[in-house]
Amino acid sequence: MLQGQQSWIFANRPVLLATAVAGGPFEARSAIAADFDILHDDIWLGQSSFEKAEKKLLEEACQTSIQKAGLQKEDIQFFFSGDLMNQIISSSFAARTLGIPYFGLFGACSSSMEGLALAAFVVNAGGARYALTACSSHNGSVNKQYRYPTEYGAQLPPTAQWTVTGAGAAVVAAQGVGPRVIGATIGRVIDLGVTDPFNMGAAMAPAAVDTIIAHFRDFNLDASHYDLIATGDLGKVGHAIAADLLRRQGIVIPENIFTDCGVLIYQGQQQVMSGGSGCACSAVVTYGHFFNRMLKGELKRVLIVATGALLSPLSYQQNESIPCVAHAVALEWEGV
Amino acid sequence: MEKFLLAFLVGGAICVLGQILLDVFRLTPAHMTVTLVVAGAILGGLGLYEPLIEFAGAGASVPICSFGNSLVNGALSEAERHGIIGVLTGIFEITSAGISSAIIFGFLASLIFKPKG
Repeated sequence: MLQGQQSWIFANRPVLLATAVAGGPFEARSAIAADFDILHDDIWLGQSSFEKAEKKLLEEACQTSIQKAGLQKEDIQFFFSGDLMNQIISSSFAARTLGIPYFGLFGACSSSMEGLALAAFVVNAGGARYALTACSSHNGSVNKQYRYPTEYGAQLPPTAQWTVTGAGAAVVAAQGVGPRVIGATIGRVIDLGVTDPFNMGAAMAPAAVDTIIAHFRDFNLDASHYDLIATGDLGKVGHAIAADLLRRQGIVIPENIFTDCGVLIYQGQQQVMSGGSGCACSAVVTYGHFFNRMLKGELKRVLIVATGALLSPLSYQQNESIPCVAHAVALEWEGV
Repeated sequence: MEKFLLAFLVGGAICVLGQILLDVFRLTPAHMTVTLVVAGAILGGLGLYEPLIEFAGAGASVPICSFGNSLVNGALSEAERHGIIGVLTGIFEITSAGISSAIIFGFLASLIFKPKG
């Protein structure tokens, strides 16, 4: 139900019943490799195109999460999914396979939390017993669409980010055991005029900050309420900008609480410039790494602020700046 | 030995120019390449690029601006022979071997290899 100006509080506390994450060969070497349910050593997944490989990752994550929840796909009332492909083909084609009534979402990389917020809202309101939410991205398909095909060999500046090849899915249920979805804050579209598509972190940071401030205001909370506040895919560059912008608003979130999925996901030898990005970035880190840490009792209250850059290759070619959005979802683990 | 040094210095300077266009002027790789081609075409048209090739050899003939120079040279020499229509027919006169081989070898490579992502 409406909380403050732009937030929902879920009185019935829907449950994150089960999650599943799938990834590619680069993710198999990532810092959170152990948190993946499925890892592939072939970036093509045996498919004839990167787009088909991405759809397969999404289908696998969805099917595995349904299986882990001990359900059949017929038990799920609605499927909320988004991705970065033109006309969100990965989501729609996976929905064709799953046969679950479907809402296609586009919030770019904020789709993960947009989907979770909507799924939790519907379940909380009694609109569904079970809802499935997911999103995906693939390094090959995203580079082809938004940037340059990898084999073109274009140089990337240090502010650029590495698109995560993967998919994350979660089953949201009215009842059961698991982390609870407590509330959500839906972001405004913010555009401070950044035009460089190789610096998405800087473009998205103000949107993340706007949503975090709105969340604290609407719920009358401060950062100390949470064990972890993670933005979606700001990367090192965007994360530092976000921390700075928050500080200027008088909000200081300790470094051990404030993090970013794009910073966490890869490690040491992996050359990812500023960090990870893509719809799958916040999805695999949240539904894999954070979910597991919550189950282990390491994290109790978590706020995920998924960030999305709402540009298209065409808008960039026409010299438009990059509008961005961030959606926040609060999760809480109360123990078994 | 001096030849190699000149080729290295001039070719390297053109590459530095390209890197500056990318890093300082925030051009995309495609814009940077096109800028160098146009610069080569203008220098060629003014008759300045051929002396640069004589001076630096491969240092000037290998970088992409040499392609712009060749486009203009082809157009100019055909224009002398066939008049204004030669400007159009001559553009790819000298460069056709390069363009055709790019298409043919690109096609052959695509038959054998798969992008690694």
